[in-house]
Amino acid sequence: MDKVVELIDVSMNYHTPEGETQAVKNLSLSVDKGEFISIVGPSGCGKSTVLSLISGILKPSSGAIQINGMPVDGPSQNVGYMLQRDHLFDWRTVRSNAVIGLEIQKKLNNTSIKYVERLLDEYGLSEFKDHYPKQLSGGMRQRAALIRTLAANPDILLLDEPFSALDYQTRLALSEEIWLIIKKEEKTAILVTHDIAEAVSMSDRVLVLTKRPAEIRSEHPIVLTCALHTPISCREAPEFRHYFNTIWKELDIHV
Amino acid sequence: MYSKGPDTVVIMSPEHAEYLRKEKFTQHAIRVSRILLLLLLFALWEAAAAFKWIDPFIMSQPSRILRTILTLSKDGSIFLHTGVTVYETVLGFISGTVLGTLIAIVLWWSDFTARVLDPYLVVLNALPKTALGPVILVWAGGTTGSIIIMALLISVVVTILNVYLSFRTCDEDKIKLLKTFGATRLQILRKVILPFSIPSIISVLKINVGLSLVGVIVGEFLVSRAGLGYLIIYGGQVFKMDLVMTSVLILSVVAAFMYLSVSWIERKLLKMR
Ligand SMILES: Nc1ncnc2c1ncn2[C@@H]1O[C@H](COP(=O)(O)OP(=O)(O)OP(=O)(O)O)[C@@H](O)[C@H]1O
Ligand SMILES: [Mg+2]
Repeated sequence: MDKVVELIDVSMNYHTPEGETQAVKNLSLSVDKGEFISIVGPSGCGKSTVLSLISGILKPSSGAIQINGMPVDGPSQNVGYMLQRDHLFDWRTVRSNAVIGLEIQKKLNNTSIKYVERLLDEYGLSEFKDHYPKQLSGGMRQRAALIRTLAANPDILLLDEPFSALDYQTRLALSEEIWLIIKKEEKTAILVTHDIAEAVSMSDRVLVLTKRPAEIRSEHPIVLTCALHTPISCREAPEFRHYFNTIWKELDIHV
Repeated sequence: MYSKGPDTVVIMSPEHAEYLRKEKFTQHAIRVSRILLLLLLFALWEAAAAFKWIDPFIMSQPSRILRTILTLSKDGSIFLHTGVTVYETVLGFISGTVLGTLIAIVLWWSDFTARVLDPYLVVLNALPKTALGPVILVWAGGTTGSIIIMALLISVVVTILNVYLSFRTCDEDKIKLLKTFGATRLQILRKVILPFSIPSIISVLKINVGLSLVGVIVGEFLVSRAGLGYLIIYGGQVFKMDLVMTSVLILSVVAAFMYLSVSWIERKLLKMR
């Protein structure tokens, strides 16, 4: 299998006048083409930092990061990054929010516009293209944010808790939907989440991080036996509980 | 999970219709009361002067003001003076807002510059700019130019501070989002910082209308050649209170109109971004 994302011994420290924060320490990981992996870890352990490093908007203090075998030097058009909140711009319509990445990358042309229109139509926003984000529900906003990320046609998607602002039902339904979209568009995905069930049901592999500074604590390849291989139906798989409990114990959450 | 769009048809209940009717009535009543209040004040003023409760020579009187307006309209001087004041104010507040916004952009662009200039801006902001009036008068001469500089000076610092503050309060994550697409600094400015700050720029525009008028009137006091400020100071010197009051009244109308124009521009701009 080709490795599309590879981190080798990556460390990251933040520097502010108040002091130094070690966010990531000697972290190595690799992701294969078409793989869906999840990263779980205690709050504030450095998960978002890992995604920012992969996306190239942060430079590691040490270590190497490669995308498709090439060292990362700044944001790459191969990588789409969906941030923790949707950050749709209120002053743009859904359509114009969806193409903002294309505008910035100067890739706005007939083909790319058609692709965005297709995504909007296909993923339930066809009637809302000319609406403003304020007029959308949380689930629709999140879908619009995903389409904005997909519009630039990246091979690799980084998803930072994309469902955390949603209520439980919407969250389940949308995670199913987004999973299907990602599989259909044949993307490689790295999902950061707090929700163990979400991680187990959606991924091929779950990485558990330690407390800050983030290191890999353990790795769990997920093999679930379920008829329809989609996140919701996989929650019924007999192995599901086992994975859930193991990861839960490893996270070692004390309330 | 799919919420209904905003164009869902709503059938109005009688209760809601009643509420809307009441709301409309209240709005109407407010408008009428405002006009009545104005008329009442003028009537009271007129009566007070007529019955000699106040001295019309010092306090003036609506009918005298009306007469003054008519006399001044005949030789056209009222239009000249109003026009001069409007012209200077508009130039002053447009240049103050534009220059202030440009400087705010420079500060946003270079954090180093911003940190260097910070104490200077704080002091300039606290300094009453009108104190610089005589200096400007000497440097730029007793011309329209120095009046406009006065108006600009009074509005530019407030503009810099407010617009820069708005630039700074723009959500870091929105900027991060654009960075994930590889945006340049100029693109970040154009796609998020400026559109995000348009409401603050407009509110600064509204503040600047008032501030520029202050600058212009003070400037006209000092230069004393034309404009409503000149009429006021002249009227005061020769003790023609009718002229003073007339000018003040016209000034309020001018201020109101400028405010309305800015509100109109606001609606246009908000649609444009
Ligand atoms: N720009 C920054 N400057 C300084 N410190 C930062 C910065 N961003 C993050 N940190 C610190 O680095 C650590 C890791 O942050 P990060 O956001 O990566 O964690 P996270 O695992 O994504 O957290 P959460 O679960 O809350 O999303 C935190 O302690 C945070 O305070
Ligand atoms: Mg995070």
